[in-house]
Amino acid sequence: MKIDLLNPVSEKLLGTVAGFKGEFKGAYNIRQDSGCAGRRSTDNIRIIPHREGKPGIEIHVATGTPGETVYIPAVVSHGNVEDLTYNDFYVGEGAKVTIVAGCGVHTDDGGTAKHNGVHRFFISRGAEVRYEEKHIGEGGGSGSRRIDPVSDIYLEEDASLSIETVQLSGVDESDRVTTAVLKARARLIIRERLLTDGDQHARTRFDVVMEGEGSGCDVVSRSVARGRSRQEFFSRIVGKARCTGHSSCDAILADEAVVTAAPQLDALSPDAALIHEAAIGRIASEQILKLRTLGLTEAEAEARIIDGFLK
Amino acid sequence: MLELRNVSLVYPDGGEIIRDLSLVIPGGKLTVVTGPNGGGKTTLAKIFAGLVAPSSGSVWLDGRDITDLDVTQRARLGISYGFQTPVRFKGLTVQELLETSAGRLLSFDEMCDLTGKVGLCTMDYINREVDGSLSGGEIKRVEIATVLARGTRVSFFDEPEAGIDMWSFNGLVEVFGSLKRQGMTMVVISHQERILEIADEIVVISSGQLRDQGPMEEIMPRLMAGEIAGHCPVGRKVGA
Repeated sequence: MKIDLLNPVSEKLLGTVAGFKGEFKGAYNIRQDSGCAGRRSTDNIRIIPHREGKPGIEIHVATGTPGETVYIPAVVSHGNVEDLTYNDFYVGEGAKVTIVAGCGVHTDDGGTAKHNGVHRFFISRGAEVRYEEKHIGEGGGSGSRRIDPVSDIYLEEDASLSIETVQLSGVDESDRVTTAVLKARARLIIRERLLTDGDQHARTRFDVVMEGEGSGCDVVSRSVARGRSRQEFFSRIVGKARCTGHSSCDAILADEAVVTAAPQLDALSPDAALIHEAAIGRIASEQILKLRTLGLTEAEAEARIIDGFLK
Repeated sequence: MLELRNVSLVYPDGGEIIRDLSLVIPGGKLTVVTGPNGGGKTTLAKIFAGLVAPSSGSVWLDGRDITDLDVTQRARLGISYGFQTPVRFKGLTVQELLETSAGRLLSFDEMCDLTGKVGLCTMDYINREVDGSLSGGEIKRVEIATVLARGTRVSFFDEPEAGIDMWSFNGLVEVFGSLKRQGMTMVVISHQERILEIADEIVVISSGQLRDQGPMEEIMPRLMAGEIAGHCPVGRKVGA
């Protein structure tokens, strides 16, 4: 189905953040400048307006869905838009689903282009969810490009959620807050990749509570901070039962950028096994030298290392 | 042909690492550089690769003075260097590192060929990151493979046997033998008898000086005699 309501700026942003090529296959909802530019449900995935009267949608994935993809990207295509949306996901027992989110904000003037997505994930027993999210800021205007995603996750027994989130360019301000509660044997995997430059500022906060026996989480953040940009990483993993938790924050520093990492582990059960790793620093000179012995220039070596690191 | 002419390397505090060393390494042959730990072998290889700049003297490749060329320029001229202590990269996979080495994408068969030569199974390693998850032996093999992937006319291997198990070591010896037959110029820093035995030429470095050099058949008996007698593997100071 061709989506006619999209403007060219939005279409380009959608291509970048959600792989849009004129159409989406399967269920989708496209949010453009605080309005709906297109929506489709399928037999297994039903998308409806938010029932609490808030701006946004509910995505209901039927029990036992064998493996479908739903696209729910949001774009802000010009300045003076401060978009707020509430998206609730209800994933039925045993369902397997991939959610392609993603957000692009564009401003060509002095006005702010802002998207604030508040997501709640209710993932039923045994369901497997993959959530892919790309953030990008574009446009030559002096207005701020801002994305502040909030995610509240509830994983029932044996459910799993894998989140891959990428923000590599153009977002001046971002404040990501993710909370999760895990029941028995539930699994949460988060992979964050972040690059900031210029005067950009990015803050990430993960708060994971493992309540159930045998639950586990793995939170890995890799970032590069350049220019005069600032990054803050806060993670808190709470183990209330026999569980395993791992978080890792690796950051490469360049120029005059600064990075703060503050991990917290709360083992509230003697059977909780929690680990945190953090490493912040410039690219090791040995890495540059090794790649130069392979024929790369210093600049090529640095680019190769960062590409691989953020891949 | 590689050559050092009157090369010295002096630390700012006056300590000498290499002392007025002149050396010719023949082209198209396997030369093994050996000698006591701390004698300057690795430094010598790094001077050829451009990783260390000599305080005085000059470095030559096939009649061209390359003293002022940097690491990248020497790599592009065809000098490869396998580090004694390999560098780890978070995020780069074995395949990506080997493709960076080769300067092009590699087919699955090419990856199998490369990793097989260093005793790694491609299926197990192709997507592994070259990070702290690899053991010392595994990363050493990947390091050797980066040099093999380049296929340059001159290759330095710094103690390639370190951390390699016996079975893979046998394969490695075969790889060196095969490259030697292909006429590549190889310089291997090693203490291993098995590697010394397949050398065309042996160079003995000690205390930053050339102590001995010659065909394997000539040098090996002197080295072995030195070891049996409990001395350093030092025959004589060349030119002394």
